[in-house]
Amino acid sequence: MSRIEGVLKSLKGQGRKALIPYITAGDPHPDLTVDLMHTLVDAGADIIELGVPFSDPMADGPVIQHACERALKHGTSLRQVLAMVKSFREKDDATPVVLMGYLNPMEAMGQEKFADAAVDAGVDGILTVDLPPEEADEVAPLFTERNLDAIFLLAPTTTDDRIRAISEHSSGYVYYVSFKGVTGAGKIDVDEVAAKVAHIHELTALPVAVGFGIRDAATAAAVGRVSDGVIVGSVLVDTIARNQADPDQLKRALSDLLHPMREALDSLAS
Amino acid sequence: MKLTEEMLKALPDARGHFGAYGGRFVSETLFDSLLTLEREYKRLKDDPEFQAEFDRDLAHYVGRPSPLYFAERLTRETGGAQIWLKREDLNHTGAHKVNNTIGQALLARFLGKKRVIAETGAGQHGVATATVCARLGLECHIFMGEEDIRRQSPNVYRMKLLGAEVHSVTSGTRTLKDAMNDAMRDWVANVDETFYIIGTVAGPHPYPLLVRDFQSVIGRETREQCLDRTGKLPDALVACVGGGSNAIGMFYPFLTDESVELYGVEAGGLGIDTGQHAAPLCAGRPGVLHGNRTYLMEDENGQIAGTHSVSAGLDYPGVGPEHSWLKDIGRAHYVSVTDDEALDGFRKLTRVEGIMPALETAHAVAYAIKLAATMDKDKVVVINISGRGDKDMQTIAEIDGIEV
Repeated sequence: MSRIEGVLKSLKGQGRKALIPYITAGDPHPDLTVDLMHTLVDAGADIIELGVPFSDPMADGPVIQHACERALKHGTSLRQVLAMVKSFREKDDATPVVLMGYLNPMEAMGQEKFADAAVDAGVDGILTVDLPPEEADEVAPLFTERNLDAIFLLAPTTTDDRIRAISEHSSGYVYYVSFKGVTGAGKIDVDEVAAKVAHIHELTALPVAVGFGIRDAATAAAVGRVSDGVIVGSVLVDTIARNQADPDQLKRALSDLLHPMREALDSLAS
Repeated sequence: MKLTEEMLKALPDARGHFGAYGGRFVSETLFDSLLTLEREYKRLKDDPEFQAEFDRDLAHYVGRPSPLYFAERLTRETGGAQIWLKREDLNHTGAHKVNNTIGQALLARFLGKKRVIAETGAGQHGVATATVCARLGLECHIFMGEEDIRRQSPNVYRMKLLGAEVHSVTSGTRTLKDAMNDAMRDWVANVDETFYIIGTVAGPHPYPLLVRDFQSVIGRETREQCLDRTGKLPDALVACVGGGSNAIGMFYPFLTDESVELYGVEAGGLGIDTGQHAAPLCAGRPGVLHGNRTYLMEDENGQIAGTHSVSAGLDYPGVGPEHSWLKDIGRAHYVSVTDDEALDGFRKLTRVEGIMPALETAHAVAYAIKLAATMDKDKVVVINISGRGDKDMQTIAEIDGIEV
C-alpha cells in the first residue's frame, strides 16, 4: 500500500477528511521550503502537494504564476525540489508528498531518471497538469513500477467515459477541479461540486479530493462534507507572497490559515 | 524517407501525433472541447456546403488566388535561380493569416460559439481574427504581449477599430508565448461559449491539423500557378517559420514531390551562437509547451527560454509539431538568418521590386536571395511573401533613428 493510500484509508476509518495544502517549491526562497512543509504538517496537513515551478504555468492564475516567478528567480530546479523532499523526509516519513507541475521540466530531466530520483527522495505521487492519461502511456508504467501514485485531474467538463478511463489510470486519489478556470479564480458552487463528486464516486472506488476555490474554513467544511479531501492552494500561496519578508510571521500566517480548516473538517467527523 | 500520399493521410494519427510530435497536452478542463472540435472538424471537412462557403470566402472576401509574381529585377541582381513571389501580402488584411481565421470562424459559427479569443504576436493574426469576427458579428478578445503592443502599435489600433478588445499580457516575457498562455487561461474559464482561434500550426490537436488544412491553399495555388507559368514544379520553396503556418501551408502540397527542396527560415536574432534568437528547430530540443510536443527553446532544467527576434511574429520559443517531424525525417531544411540579414532582405525587396515585406517574411527573402545565388539560372525558387510590411514602419524607423 502506498503512503497516500495508507493515509487516506486511515482517515476514512476515522470518518475524517484529508486536508491537502499546496505550496510552490522555492517560494519565497528555496531555503524556506522544507521549513514551510513542516509548518503545514504541524497545522494539520495530511498530504502535501508541492508545486514544481515552471516558466509557463498555463493552468494557473496570477497568484501561482507569481510564485513560480519568485521560485525561478532563485533558480529553483526540479533537482532542487527533489532535494527539498529528501530533506523533509529526514524529519517526516509519514506525510505523503505529491509533486504537482508541468511536463516539460520532468521531460528535460528524463522521465526514468526523474522517476528514480523521485522515489529516492521520498516522493509519493506525481500530478502533471498538462499530461492527460492519453499521453501518459510511456510515463505511467515508470511510476507504477516504482510504486509512485499517478494522480490525474477530473474537471466539470469531463464526460463519464473519461472519468472511468482516467480513474483506471490513477492511483492514490483523483483530483477534482471544482470549476472551469485557472487556479485562484472563480467561485466554487458547492451544490454543483457535491452532485459531481457523488457521481464520480459512483464511477470509481478511488478517493476524490477537490481543489480550486477553497479559501477558508467554511468552504473547506462545505466541500469536505461531500468529498474525501480538500486541496488548498492559491490562498496559501497568496499568504506566502504577502509575508515573504518575514519567515516567522509567514509560518504563523500559514498556520493561522490552515488550523481553522483542519478544525472545520474534523468537526464533520461524528 | 520518400513520403507517399498514404503516409501523409495517416498523419496526424488518432491522438494527433506527427511521429514523436504533436499530441494533446492540456489540462483536463479543455480536453472535451478539443475532442468535440476534432469530431466536428472531421465531419465538416468533407461537408460540401462548408467547403464551398470556405472557398467562396477565400475568393471574394480574401481575394484569392493570390498572384505568383516573377521578381525579374531581383532575379537579375541576384544572378542565379529565378525568384518568384507568392503574394500572400495581397490578401485582405495583408497576410496569410486570414486564410486560417476564415476557416476557424466558420467552424465557430457551425459550433454555435458566440465568443472568440486569439493570441497574436505581430498582430497579423489578431487583425485577421478581429476582421472575421466583425464580419460574422462575433465577440472578439485578442491577447497580446505588452512588448508586442508597443512594437506593433498600428495593428493594435486596427484591431480596436474592428471592434476587438485587446488584452495586454504582462506576464513572463510579455511576447507571443505569454499571450498564448493567457489565451489558454481565458479559454479554460470560458470554455463553453468560447472558440479559440489559434493562429499557427502549434497548440493541441486538432489545431496543427486544421490550421495546416486551411493554409494549404497557398501551396495548392503555387503548384498550379508554377506549372502554368514555368511548365514545371519549383525547385525550392522558402518560407519563414515562427510557429510555421505560412511555411506548412506552402510546403504541404509539395511534400511528396521529392524534387522540390523545402526551406523553413527561423529567426536567428543576434546570431545563433549568442543564444539571443528564436530558432528552436535550428538550436532547440524536443519538449512540451502549449499543448504539443515539439522542438523548443529551453534551458537545461526544462524552463522555456526567452527569445529574441526583430520580428514579433517569429519571437516564439516553439514551432508547429509537423515541422519538427519534417526536420527529423529530413524532408525540409530548417535554417536561420539574423535580424540584420532580415533587415537587408526587407530593404532589398522594397527597393528592387517595390514590395515591402513584413519583417517575418523578410527572413525568407534574405535566405532565398542567398540560396538563389548558388543555383543555376534555369532553376525556380518561390518565396512565400507571407505578409506586408506596413505594420513594421515603427520598428524600421526606430532602427534608422527616425521619428515617424
